[in-house]
Amino acid sequence: MTEKLLAEFMDGETLKAALQRVRGAGHAALEAFTPYPIEDLADHLGLDRSRIRVAMLVGGLTTAAFAFALQWYSAVIDYPIDSGGRPLNSWQVFLLVPFEIGIFAAALSGVIAFFRSCRLPRLHDALFDIPGFERATQDRYFLLTASGDNTADLRTVLTEAGAVAVTELREP
Amino acid sequence: MSKVLVARDPPAHRWISSGRAGDVAITQAIADPLFTGFGRSWWFALLITFPFVLWLLGAIIWLFYQGIGIWGINSTIVWGVAIANYVWWIGIGNAGTLISAMLLLTRQRWRASINRFAEAMTLFAVAIAGLMPIIHLGRPIYAYWLAPYPNTMALWPQWRSALVWDFWAIISYLLFSLLFWYVSLIPDLATMRDRTPHRAGQLLYGAFAVGWRGSAREWSRLETLHTTMAALGVPLVCSVHSIVGLDFAASLMPGWQESIFPPYFVVGAMYSGFAMVVVLAAAIRWGLSLQAIITPRHFDAMARILLMASIVMFYSYATEWFMGWYGGEHAEREAVRFEFTGTYAPLYWALLACNCLIPQILWWPFARRSLLVLIPVAIAINIGMWLERILIVWNTLSHGYMPSLWRSFHFTFWDWSFLVAPLGFFAFLFLLFMRLVPSVSMFDMRQLAHEEQAA
Repeated sequence: MTEKLLAEFMDGETLKAALQRVRGAGHAALEAFTPYPIEDLADHLGLDRSRIRVAMLVGGLTTAAFAFALQWYSAVIDYPIDSGGRPLNSWQVFLLVPFEIGIFAAALSGVIAFFRSCRLPRLHDALFDIPGFERATQDRYFLLTASGDNTADLRTVLTEAGAVAVTELREP
Repeated sequence: MSKVLVARDPPAHRWISSGRAGDVAITQAIADPLFTGFGRSWWFALLITFPFVLWLLGAIIWLFYQGIGIWGINSTIVWGVAIANYVWWIGIGNAGTLISAMLLLTRQRWRASINRFAEAMTLFAVAIAGLMPIIHLGRPIYAYWLAPYPNTMALWPQWRSALVWDFWAIISYLLFSLLFWYVSLIPDLATMRDRTPHRAGQLLYGAFAVGWRGSAREWSRLETLHTTMAALGVPLVCSVHSIVGLDFAASLMPGWQESIFPPYFVVGAMYSGFAMVVVLAAAIRWGLSLQAIITPRHFDAMARILLMASIVMFYSYATEWFMGWYGGEHAEREAVRFEFTGTYAPLYWALLACNCLIPQILWWPFARRSLLVLIPVAIAINIGMWLERILIVWNTLSHGYMPSLWRSFHFTFWDWSFLVAPLGFFAFLFLLFMRLVPSVSMFDMRQLAHEEQAA
């Protein structure tokens, strides 16, 4: 049966090497936890690309279009002020507000998309119960792996790759 | 407080001047003072700044009660200290995001030591800046009329008004800065959650850390989000201060109606903001014993930017003079003459000294690395930039087209209040920030240490 093992490493290089060995031995490397962003780690784990930027583009443009439409409607249709015969649809100055608010909306959409794609906020996680996991945000490097069917073999691979501790992850 | 990282002279690495700065050492150096407290000096500083908070509050209450007549403004100089303060504060506020975003996009790794508190500086400065137009309104109870909302009066904001542009610029920028700052804070809040010995701290930091685990997925998504936000932040910052410049340039007054105003305001913002960052960096470095993390090289890099900005500022002033002469209009030439010889001439000469002359000392490498030189220069720049803001208002309004309207501005106690009290309020907020949140980005520093092979 499949079991999940969490291996603890002293540094990022060892973790990266271990990841390759786990893969080579036919096991699955699910996730890595590091105290700082390690380049290409997400690629090595084979994580799918995020759509955060798409969400930001859509959120920003939609809000900007809405802001422009609001100004146009209020200044041309609902509350026209004829000031010395100047054009009601003075679109040049109407661009300022959509630009500002559009960028803010893009950022907000990005944050929401980021939270969704990482399944945050989360109040609790099975990993938080593992003793020592709190060092993942400080100075230790963790690799979450799943064995095909041979847990003992995965444990050996991890230990040989330099894991200082291997813990079984039990999810309720 | 025991020092975890000991600074070396000469620095052992390019941007970290400690021999070895491992993950643990960096985390301890930055996070631990927040648990153990900063001792008496922090409380003392808080005690000094607290009266300023009360002063500001009292001044605002009195202003709302009495009206803007308590200021030295008159029927000619309708804009006074409030608008100069607004421009100055938002200029300082602009620098944090601009620094952080531009340095991130250009992959300047040394930003790791300064970006966090520069962004905090932005938040507080923009909040104070946002206060200024509201207190200046005269009828601040109607400030909400700037926002479009369904109302029985069937009123809409006047979209062609500079005040409405300001409203959207400030509010978008403030909220954007808050998000930008918070997003890069999440991993450090998780570190705080995992390190704090107090239950209350665990709950509080834990709530704001939203369950961050530092997974590869989270890191890669965060990086995507953060760099994209930075790319959006640069045009946003430039546009915000350009709008402030447009508030003036969209008018017909001599000395204001200049197409150089938007870019000139943006450079001025970067200039004063960077000067403020230098002062705050020196304070944080000393206050938190971060000599190993904020090194002379950082000050050197910032001083070079100040020097560059001072030259651009001088170029902008010279363009103003040139265009005043070249445009050939009498009132414009009069405005330039009034700058140099009129009522406020001593202040104008002081401005030129502070913004253009004094920073030239930064050509010498020793001056860029010596805090004893750099801090006075940075303070002089901040004073000079404030003088610039106030003189933009005074010179034009005091000496417009109509000689019968020529008047000068005289400070009242309340003008001084709104100049001085916000500074104390800013310091107060900054002290609280230092106590609650890691002032230097820990995960960025860990990454930097690994790249510098210092870990």
